[in-house]
Amino acid sequence: MARLVMVIDTKKCVGCMDCVVACKTENHVPEGFNRDWITEAAKGKFPNVNLEIRSERCNHCENPPCVYCCPTGASHIHNYGGVILVDHDVCIGCKACIASCPYDARFIHPEGYVDKCTFCIHRVEKGMDPACVSVCPTHCMYFGDLDDPNSKVSRLLNERKNHALIPEAGTKPHIYYLT
Amino acid sequence: MEELTTTRMNEMIDPILHIWGWEIPVYLFLGGLVAGFMIISGYFTLKGHHKHDYFSSFYLPHVSLAMLSLGMFALFLDLEHKLYVWRLYTTFQITSPMSWGAWILLLVYPALLLNTLVSIPEAFSNRIHLFDKFSEKINRHPYLIKNIGILNMILGAVLGMYTGVLLSGLGARPLWNSSMLWILFLTSGLSAAAAFVHLVTTDHIERVLSAKADNAFLIFELLLFALFIVGMLSSTEAHQNGIHLILTGPYAAVFWVFVIGTGIIIPLIIQLLAVNHKINHTPIAPIMVITGGLLLRFVIVYAGQISHWTRL
Repeated sequence: MARLVMVIDTKKCVGCMDCVVACKTENHVPEGFNRDWITEAAKGKFPNVNLEIRSERCNHCENPPCVYCCPTGASHIHNYGGVILVDHDVCIGCKACIASCPYDARFIHPEGYVDKCTFCIHRVEKGMDPACVSVCPTHCMYFGDLDDPNSKVSRLLNERKNHALIPEAGTKPHIYYLT
Repeated sequence: MEELTTTRMNEMIDPILHIWGWEIPVYLFLGGLVAGFMIISGYFTLKGHHKHDYFSSFYLPHVSLAMLSLGMFALFLDLEHKLYVWRLYTTFQITSPMSWGAWILLLVYPALLLNTLVSIPEAFSNRIHLFDKFSEKINRHPYLIKNIGILNMILGAVLGMYTGVLLSGLGARPLWNSSMLWILFLTSGLSAAAAFVHLVTTDHIERVLSAKADNAFLIFELLLFALFIVGMLSSTEAHQNGIHLILTGPYAAVFWVFVIGTGIIIPLIIQLLAVNHKINHTPIAPIMVITGGLLLRFVIVYAGQISHWTRL
């Protein structure tokens, strides 16, 4: 089984929010909600200040607490690429998955079910990139199979210093940030 | 300096997580209370006290049915996709505490119903022929009555534990992520249940017994709180920040005044004086205990949602 991951180069990301707009358009995300967003993390003391701009979303974790705590099996690991999805017709809206996500990546869709990033699985299964990756004007986002040692994402993660978000939560996130 | 800014502003998620309102603390409180009721009434049934006119034997199983239904209704109100609630019973998810809870609740109802049939109060007898018939059959077999008592005690304990495990299984919220929570909620449920019996019973022996039991539960609860707090303070920075939400942060006043002060210490002193014949039994102490138990769930659920891992 492929292991789909996203690699985001924080040295290239300018926080233009094209990825956010593309996601909203592609997935008809309702007004007032976001499946992906921009975070700016500033650290340090002048003159040694570091600013990291990140495009964030569901981390499609390898050890997903949202899947484990779901009482109906609505949150599940898709058989293609290990992508974490929510079956809207099975979700009861108990919100346990929202509470279990250390990244706060999920929300309640106005229709009542839990919604979040799907890695644009409908596009990926057709061989396309997720909408956010395909529109990025600085080409800072990469998408591919981590199990393929020759994929762009594998090579980037081997060559460049990188980090994931909240690794101490033990969820083994599938989004990596190049620094 | 460390500063995090985000463009995300999802309802109920930002700026702080608040997905569970009053419904979940009420559900957890009523679940714990019923767990305590089941253990107490199960014990009375096991010991053969159903032959006497005790509130715990005669009315507690009925009250439990009503309270549990009320709690489940609160849970139902919290669901965002209400029409799909039946999906809970089309599967069993072994890793999901909520799935376990849904099935446990399904077992609790028949156990409670059986306990109500051990001794039907006069006001309810000769109303439903089937129930009277079952009651007669049960009473012909003393070993069956004992087993009903044991079943209620076991399921009560499991229900009480579940109310804590439901939260402690959510590792993303450091305040909830403690192995002490299940026993803390179970003890608090037992304490509130004993306080309820203390409050409503008209029997002197039962009142003294429930007050003494409640005192023991309250002392044990204080010990558990100490262990819970020490465990959190000696854990990761995220856990320390989580526990400070209730020790010194925005929920400190409610926690120290209403959960610890008027919820445990003051009623414990009053009840210790009462059982030692220094003062008369007063309804104020059990009311304080029950209110403290309810507010404990509010404080833990609300503060727990705010607690989070460091994001930078």
